[in-house]
Amino acid sequence: MQRRDFLSFTGLTTAGALLPHTVWGRSVAAEALLEPVDQARRRQLADAALNTARAGGAQYCDVRVGRYLRQSVITREERVENVVNAESSGVGVRVLADGAWGFAATHVQTPDAVAQATRTALSIAKANARNQTRKVELAPTPALGEVRWATPIRKNGMEVPIKDKVDLLLSVNAAAMKAGADFFNSTLFLINEQKYFASTDGSYVDQDIHRIWLPVTATAVDKASGKFRTRNGLSAPMGMGYEFLDGAAAGKRALPGGITAYATSYDVMEDAVNAARDARAKLKAPSVKPGKYDLVIDPTNLFLTIHENVGHPLELDRVLGYEANYAGTSFATLEKRDAGYRWGSDIVNFVADKTRPGSLGAVGFDDEGVKTKQWDLVRDGILVDYQATRDEAHILGHTESHGCSYADSWSSVQFQRMANVSLMPGKTPLSVADMVKDVENGLYVHGRGSYSIDQQRYNAQFGGQLFYEIKNGRITGLVEDAAYQIRTPEFWNACVAICDERDFRLNGSFFDGKGQPSQVSAVSHGAATARFNGINVINTARSI
Amino acid sequence: MSIFTEEQSKAILDKVIKLSKADQTSATLSGSVDGNIRFALNNISTSGIVDNTELAVEVAFGNRVGTATINEFDDASLERVVRRAEDLARLAPENPEFMPAIEKQTYKPSPTFSESTAAITPEYRAKVAADSIGPCKGEKLIAAGFLEDGQNFVAIANSKGNFAYQRGANFNYTCTVRTEDGRGSGWVGRNLKDAADFKADADIRTAMRKATESAEAKALEPGKYTVILEPAAAAGLISFMMNFFDARQADEGRSFLSKKGGGNKLGEQVYDSRVNISADPWDTRAAVLPWDQDGLPREKMNIVENGKVVALNYSRYWAKKQGKRAVGEPGNLLMAGGDKSTADLVRGTQKGVLVTRTWYIRMVDPQTVLLTGLTRDGTFYIENGQIKYPVKNFRFNESPVIMLNNIEELGRPVRVAGDESSFVMMIPPMKLRDFTFTSLSDAV
Repeated sequence: MQRRDFLSFTGLTTAGALLPHTVWGRSVAAEALLEPVDQARRRQLADAALNTARAGGAQYCDVRVGRYLRQSVITREERVENVVNAESSGVGVRVLADGAWGFAATHVQTPDAVAQATRTALSIAKANARNQTRKVELAPTPALGEVRWATPIRKNGMEVPIKDKVDLLLSVNAAAMKAGADFFNSTLFLINEQKYFASTDGSYVDQDIHRIWLPVTATAVDKASGKFRTRNGLSAPMGMGYEFLDGAAAGKRALPGGITAYATSYDVMEDAVNAARDARAKLKAPSVKPGKYDLVIDPTNLFLTIHENVGHPLELDRVLGYEANYAGTSFATLEKRDAGYRWGSDIVNFVADKTRPGSLGAVGFDDEGVKTKQWDLVRDGILVDYQATRDEAHILGHTESHGCSYADSWSSVQFQRMANVSLMPGKTPLSVADMVKDVENGLYVHGRGSYSIDQQRYNAQFGGQLFYEIKNGRITGLVEDAAYQIRTPEFWNACVAICDERDFRLNGSFFDGKGQPSQVSAVSHGAATARFNGINVINTARSI
Repeated sequence: MSIFTEEQSKAILDKVIKLSKADQTSATLSGSVDGNIRFALNNISTSGIVDNTELAVEVAFGNRVGTATINEFDDASLERVVRRAEDLARLAPENPEFMPAIEKQTYKPSPTFSESTAAITPEYRAKVAADSIGPCKGEKLIAAGFLEDGQNFVAIANSKGNFAYQRGANFNYTCTVRTEDGRGSGWVGRNLKDAADFKADADIRTAMRKATESAEAKALEPGKYTVILEPAAAAGLISFMMNFFDARQADEGRSFLSKKGGGNKLGEQVYDSRVNISADPWDTRAAVLPWDQDGLPREKMNIVENGKVVALNYSRYWAKKQGKRAVGEPGNLLMAGGDKSTADLVRGTQKGVLVTRTWYIRMVDPQTVLLTGLTRDGTFYIENGQIKYPVKNFRFNESPVIMLNNIEELGRPVRVAGDESSFVMMIPPMKLRDFTFTSLSDAV
């Protein structure tokens, strides 16, 4: 997550002051988030771009008429710190001319303004073409005609009154304070992307995409010793509607050690109370003894390792060097795929997809009109593929795109972004309890902690929210100050067991940053609990 | 054109204040024209210009606050945005920490504007890219870089008669140069106010030299080393730490500046006595607006003086509650040092590691501000005052508090930008003992 993007979304860059949020659009009344869009008008704007591009000699043109709605409710203890309702709408036009891309965008939604933006995009493309040493090759994609797709939600969060959301968060905060938290923060994020895409290929795609996230943090302080500890919520951001917050028993999983995991439903009240209890317990937990441990890693922690060590290095634009100056390149160079590079042990299978229901990355079509799908990245431990867009597919020898194109706004140019990348569950039946029983000297890791990885995605260090010690098959209690340090291929080759599909759960990143200027995207990573033998654990306690 | 004059701005803001029926009204009018060019694999990849102007209106009825924004400025639009803010305020939950608008202030202008930066054209940006790519092509090196520049204005006003207007400019260039075989990588970054001070064809040589010289890196054992952090390498750690100089967090017992038994460490010796960090919006090397996000006047102030913490950030609410005087939150960080360049520090070092840049810095433990991250784009072993050979990159786990107690020597401060910080900074190169590298990275 990009810290600055998160802060601008929450309005916290200004220490609580209510100020504009230009990154996310203009502030509107909550009710305005429900106003429908005019379908015929969007088609008219799209055609203005396509016709202008054709007349101007473009080989290809796509246009995105976008309306991006974002709501956040930010609270701490007994009060609301901020409520943000933001709307951003406009039109982004991308053209391919003389083998080079050009892009321009306008917030003025008239056919004339869109035609003008298209002419600007054409002139940029033609100027760029003069310096281009390799022409853009675009993988073909079928004409879709007029199609629609919507996130399969049961309850639109934008329809829930702000008061109900405030009441929920404040009651959760109160319960956590009663359960022993000294401070408690909770924030609700809702996103609705209404995107209308059209291209000269003959596609008109109307999509309505929803995402939700409710992060919470409990803080416990021991003033006498000067110590403080936090425990974040164990829920995930999801590509779901408000129904995700119904706390339904069927959406939860009971794990060893009395831990509750949230799969398709989040019981925030229960988790908040547990967070308060855990934060207090962390104040007294013994410091971890550094050394090698067998790690049993819950999906609430493993997802970020998948994200950083598998998802990012297999982005083709990074592999090729397009991100060298910022996010970095990748150790997973192309010849490794051709040589059958061993990424992990035989049981390690990574699948990319943009289709899994409930995931953050699920859409019907990507931002260049490609129907989304699922494909293998690592099969039986061997690297087999990457993630590519239409102008990259040919580099891999593919004849079609993976459907990985995304722009975070109508005003941003679309580029390759990570699909959902998931570790497939084990094929033989294995419960988490049985996995833990088999571990002699280990740590059971839950929750997203600190994370840092090098620019080629070899060396990474991950913290967590909760580290439980496992001794001779039994969970003995919490330990503190632990972080694991890994080298990507060694880590996945140390994967000796993966629980079966009963434990498979999605977690994800709501604000994944990439590009210059930076854009954010949201992506899920599914996994079942997995065991890694002999992993280096460091002790992070210091005295200042 | 998004850059309004002071007169145009005042006319708009006066109308807004007059239109409002709320108990109090504050408004901010801001605009910018930002250009950028991005290149990779020795080719231009994207370039663009973003033009933006926005008016934000914040009104309050009692302690209920509403904000609305708009980017049209005719009378009907101004009326609409004020009414929308009023509607939102009436529906808003009560804010028990609400603070009234600030009184009328006198701000002393600071030198944030630059004619040469404001005059940048698309042709200039293309030339920067060409001047970066050209020399690399000739030496089998691959350049990937980004130039972001812009000019802006901001005007603030409130119903207590406060008004201010100022223009600014910004310029930030970074370029990563890699060898064709991917075994060497170098970097250069320049953060400036005046584009006239920038020469891409000269600066690119730094990145090229580091790329060439960092190939064939040897592995050193992780452990504690004497290091020389170049200003760009130190800035990431220092600015990260300065984000936690919040008085409220410290008073609440959840900061490295919280005191055992309660209270905060204001006035305590936290760092080596050579550490001096200040803020000064009028410093010509790193000027920032003379007011903060609340419109509160910034002051020339010491934050760390001879190693003692002498200032924490008090929000207006927390200052009132604690009986303190609220001053504008600093926008720049000026860390004092000596006269020596990084090269001078290398010459005076028996054994050590030179770090060009730090990367992916994250908090491991807020209790001690323990940070982890990696070295990147040029890490070298120093022996007898000379760079001996390139070394593989390291992961560090280090607290800036510990680091700033292990100072051997500070060099001459340089203006730098942080990867993830909004501070405008003057940071010296620093020679530090016992810097903690915990593992090796194979990344180049």
